[in-house]
Amino acid sequence: MDSALVVDRLQFAFTITYHYLFPQLTMGLALLILVLKTVAIRTGDDRYNDSARFWARIFGINFVFGVVTGIPMEFQFGTNWAAFSRYAGGVIGQTLAMEGMFAFFLESAFLGLFLFGERRLGPRGHWVAAFLVFLGSWLSGYFIVVTDAWMQHPVAHQVMPDGSVQLSSFAALLGNPWGLWQYAHTMSGAAITGSVVMASVGAFYVLSGRAAEHGRLFLKVGVIAGLAFSILQLFPTGDRQGKMVAEYQPVTLAAMEAVFTTGPGVPLVIIGQPNMSDRSMDNAISVPNMLSFLTYRRWDATVQGLDAFPTDTWPDNVPLLYYAYHIMVGLGTIMIAILVVSTLLLLRGKLATSRWMLWMLMLMLPFPYIANTAGWLTAEIGRQPWLVYGLMRTSNGISPEVSAGNGLFTLLGFMGMYTILTILFLFLIYREIEHGPAKPAPSVAY
Amino acid sequence: MATAFFVIVAFMLIVYSVLDGFDLGVGAIHWLVGHTREERRVVISAIGPVWDGNEVWLIAAGGTLYFAFPALYASSFSGFYLPLTMVLWLLMLRGISIEVRSHVNDPLWHGLYDFVFTLSGALLTIFLGAALGNVIRGVPLNADGYFFEPLWTNFRITGRVGILDWYTLLIGLMSFVTLANHGAHWLALKTEEPLRERARRLGARLWWLVAILTVVGFFATVWVRPIILESYLTPGWGWLIPVVALGGLGGMALFGARQKDLAAFISSSLYIAGMLGGVAFGMYPTLLPATTDPAYSLTVANSATGAYGLRVGLIWWIFSALLVIGYFCYVYWMFRHRVNVAAGASH
Repeated sequence: MDSALVVDRLQFAFTITYHYLFPQLTMGLALLILVLKTVAIRTGDDRYNDSARFWARIFGINFVFGVVTGIPMEFQFGTNWAAFSRYAGGVIGQTLAMEGMFAFFLESAFLGLFLFGERRLGPRGHWVAAFLVFLGSWLSGYFIVVTDAWMQHPVAHQVMPDGSVQLSSFAALLGNPWGLWQYAHTMSGAAITGSVVMASVGAFYVLSGRAAEHGRLFLKVGVIAGLAFSILQLFPTGDRQGKMVAEYQPVTLAAMEAVFTTGPGVPLVIIGQPNMSDRSMDNAISVPNMLSFLTYRRWDATVQGLDAFPTDTWPDNVPLLYYAYHIMVGLGTIMIAILVVSTLLLLRGKLATSRWMLWMLMLMLPFPYIANTAGWLTAEIGRQPWLVYGLMRTSNGISPEVSAGNGLFTLLGFMGMYTILTILFLFLIYREIEHGPAKPAPSVAY
Repeated sequence: MATAFFVIVAFMLIVYSVLDGFDLGVGAIHWLVGHTREERRVVISAIGPVWDGNEVWLIAAGGTLYFAFPALYASSFSGFYLPLTMVLWLLMLRGISIEVRSHVNDPLWHGLYDFVFTLSGALLTIFLGAALGNVIRGVPLNADGYFFEPLWTNFRITGRVGILDWYTLLIGLMSFVTLANHGAHWLALKTEEPLRERARRLGARLWWLVAILTVVGFFATVWVRPIILESYLTPGWGWLIPVVALGGLGGMALFGARQKDLAAFISSSLYIAGMLGGVAFGMYPTLLPATTDPAYSLTVANSATGAYGLRVGLIWWIFSALLVIGYFCYVYWMFRHRVNVAAGASH
């Protein structure tokens, strides 16, 4: 494999994975802060206002890191993926430009007012600012997901004389059925991150006895919202997403489940390692006939294995795809289980005193981040070897004049810079958590 | 239709240069205007509520360029690979320095981010100017429409060219001085004594450099790409654009001397808009000239996407631009007062 291709892929994967650690929390928190503010206005309970302000500070720090790590994404389409941009820019550029014009301007205009303008705007005006920031961030998510959805399931295009594609239907691009379900699944995943982080920080405050009253409130909101969205994540959004893959990318489904051989009554492997040289599954622990049932609702249905497809259309890294997909599903299942038990304890008024459960919630913090990352890895590795599914191979999309050495130099540069950013981010978040939700803001705007 | 998008992208880049231009310019003169820790806080609070929205013009212009002229986006971004990546890193550092500085109240912490803020701002003005210089001078495009430029070669404008040569460095310097001056006018408009007085004095001094570089830059540009001058010799309304630039240059001196800060800032904005608009008008219909063979140049005609995409794009773009104008009026209205040393937060 050409090394420039590897470097370009790694750089995009690294920068987008790192970037998405921030928006998944801000999009989730934007919704939850809106809920907190709504309750505060309805009930006049000041603890909800304190909580909204505390989470707005966490939101603000995350937002800054999301903005600065987001700038390289759009630019990389041009710098590292020039052939792809020349080919598909006329289509995916539409939605990327719309993200800037409709979402980023909206967010940037009202973020400052949302973070620092509460006194000036009053409760209702501030609610509106919070709503507009929420709207901006969720719109931004839509335009990005619909861009990715076009690469997964290219619709609404026609080929031009020079071989590139151009848009043929604006409505079909924005209404791509793949994009609608992918958007629902992605945003639900972001809401889970927001909820779990809120519940986790709440558990920390209750366990440490620092801000137990606010901690209980975080637990309540986080656990209930977390349960609701983690169920939505499974059904209908995850289920429908899976059906899309089965319908339009059957080879990807076979690789996700590492089904090498076509046959009836295919088992669902819970734990196992795809063995690429033998084309078999090592140390498999599986449920007989389950995959046939889940895919076609019949126990003896025939599921297409990888052997049904030419090898040059297989995703180029089956084990990684398999692991990513199973980690996403596994963690999703574990989170649902923890949140169901937590909700039952909450309803009986016992959650704040069940220390073992609080420990579990506190330690659950990384789960949604890992699951969301693994989910995106599944989608993007599953799309391989295509950059635009069925139309353009990834190997044909890179910049012809950018050498592997230049790519590696900037990749290492990004890694170094992001290491520093991580330390800075954790330091700032640590200070906010340490400061807590009960006292007023520790710092001025600028 | 492609011409409409040439105008739109040029307009967006000009708005970016005028708006984020003063943010970057404020960065470049940060240490000259703010002497104490508290004064430097005030300098940053004079752009704090608006810098992010200003930067979005760059992202949105990039997106619009991407879908309207995909071939140009692909070619220029990959060709300027290293400098553009450095611009990204500098933009990241600039954003971080503004937003993180206030989180810890400590002299060393503030000193660190003041340094990062001023360094990234100053370097960005030079980089962006040099990028413009490259677009005017042309790049070594091959038959497939791609190129890759080294950072510099022999500093000549012909043969095997690099990102930096005498001309692109000159435009980089011009951009640095122009935006530093622009930033000074913004600070004169947004701050109170003693910062206002310092910013006004700095603006008055930088004016002479701007004026000299305008003349030098004009002759250099006409020497490097004579077609720009020829575009103005055909009858039409094009001559109005340089008149706006010269009016802005005169206005800066006139209103600066009379301490009319708003009028001086608007003059500076018109100067930047006129200079960049003048280049865009002179270059049309070329988007990126080739130094290799003129036939390889990227133009409005050979880089644009299909007519349908441009047509829908134009419809939603106009709609979204109206919304954006609304947001900006609201935000700048909310932020219309001067910032000062006494007040804590700027909002």
